[in-house]
Amino acid sequence: MSSLRSAAGEEARALAGRRIELVVIGGSAGGVDALINLVPALPAGFGAAVVCILHVPAGRDSRLAELFELRAVLPVREARDKESIEPGTIYFAGSGYHLSVERDRTFSLSCEPPVQFARPAIDILMESSADAFGPAMAGILLTGANYDGADGMCRVRERGGLTIVQDPEEAQASAMPGEAIRRCAPHLVLPLPGIRALLPQLETP
Amino acid sequence: MNLPPLSQAPDAFDIELRMLVEAVYLKYNYDFRDYTGASQKRRILVAMREMDCETVSSLQAKVMHEPDGFAQLLQYLTIPVTEMFRDPEYWLAIREQVVPFLKTYPSLKMWIAGCSTGEEVVSLAILLHEEGLLERAIIYATDINPESLETARRGVYRLETMRQYTENYQKAGGKRAFSDYYTAAYDGALFDRALVENVTFADHSLATDSVFSETHFVSCRNVLIYFNRKLQDRVLGLFHESLCYRGFLGLGSKESIDFSGYADRFDVLAKRERLFRKGAA
Repeated sequence: MSSLRSAAGEEARALAGRRIELVVIGGSAGGVDALINLVPALPAGFGAAVVCILHVPAGRDSRLAELFELRAVLPVREARDKESIEPGTIYFAGSGYHLSVERDRTFSLSCEPPVQFARPAIDILMESSADAFGPAMAGILLTGANYDGADGMCRVRERGGLTIVQDPEEAQASAMPGEAIRRCAPHLVLPLPGIRALLPQLETP
Repeated sequence: MNLPPLSQAPDAFDIELRMLVEAVYLKYNYDFRDYTGASQKRRILVAMREMDCETVSSLQAKVMHEPDGFAQLLQYLTIPVTEMFRDPEYWLAIREQVVPFLKTYPSLKMWIAGCSTGEEVVSLAILLHEEGLLERAIIYATDINPESLETARRGVYRLETMRQYTENYQKAGGKRAFSDYYTAAYDGALFDRALVENVTFADHSLATDSVFSETHFVSCRNVLIYFNRKLQDRVLGLFHESLCYRGFLGLGSKESIDFSGYADRFDVLAKRERLFRKGAA
């Protein structure tokens, strides 16, 4: 009981005074299942933009946006180059290109070499988002079998953003969340149901 | 409290980066001022690491004062990622949907803008050859990076890439054995010189130079993504001006004209393959 209360207190402290305008959720192995769990929990009227990035095999057209459209309350689209980032919308990174967030709050794509063998790389999306949104963003790192995302989460934390990592004990693949926890001391480490419960509590515009 | 959000306050890195880009423009007339910020920042970070500079301003000093400093930086600022017949469906769509129109012209001018190391030049030349159009075509292949252009002129590519390129070529509707087009020697594949006989390789900047010829087809792939909307508009304006009546434009597989001022000045010919036609208006 007492541990439950302190966990709730920890969450309350992490969220206190934060107004989140952008949520970036990254994952790799097991990430589709984890997102299927999270995406429906984003409620109507959610005022932040949400960008989801999963490692998908290059060369195949990613159908993630279509897959999630059926399950989400909010509109879902693949993020397009130079598109303005709209609140209350869920975006997916397409395959084969890195996705960045620009300071004028638009998306940009690039063909730079893969980072940690990944393109799109979570690091690139997280780092550029942190540069653009600073404390007004939340970075959430889920299950995965490689180390992409740890650098990005460190940058989010450095720039004052909220950092949440899925509990590696409970993740389908523990390497990615484990590395992020070691490297960047996230504000919160939560099991998937905990992240799901927390999303609608974020204060958004 | 009505302070601007922290995220908009430039930090030292951003300030120095802007100064570097300005200095490069003033001294070398290479204009990177309207490149998208996030990827440019990453390229500069790579350049700093590789050129052994702790800060952007020390990189700037090197670029301004050392003889080959800028030539080195340029290699990091441009992103030469390309393949032959990259995105085979693009090339297949050209073959099936553009070539029938091209065949109606007695002579053809094509422009590969941002040709990098020339892989797409070879791809286009092979396609035109197989469609019986190469002899009546002039191809302009332009880029801002002299080292890339030099590689393109040589026409020698790494042998180990040929397997992937062969696969692409076949998926793109290739009509022969891909190996007919090159001679393998040591680690290189030397492409048949006849393919590039009518190719003019030239230094041309989409950011600062103007249109140099009327063209029937412009292919510019994965270049616009590095430009902000303002520069994208400039470049699409150049293509629009260069293209003949109802000329063709091909872009990279995730590029669009939807967010530009030219969205309604081109018709969509093949949506997924990113082929457009200059509007009749």
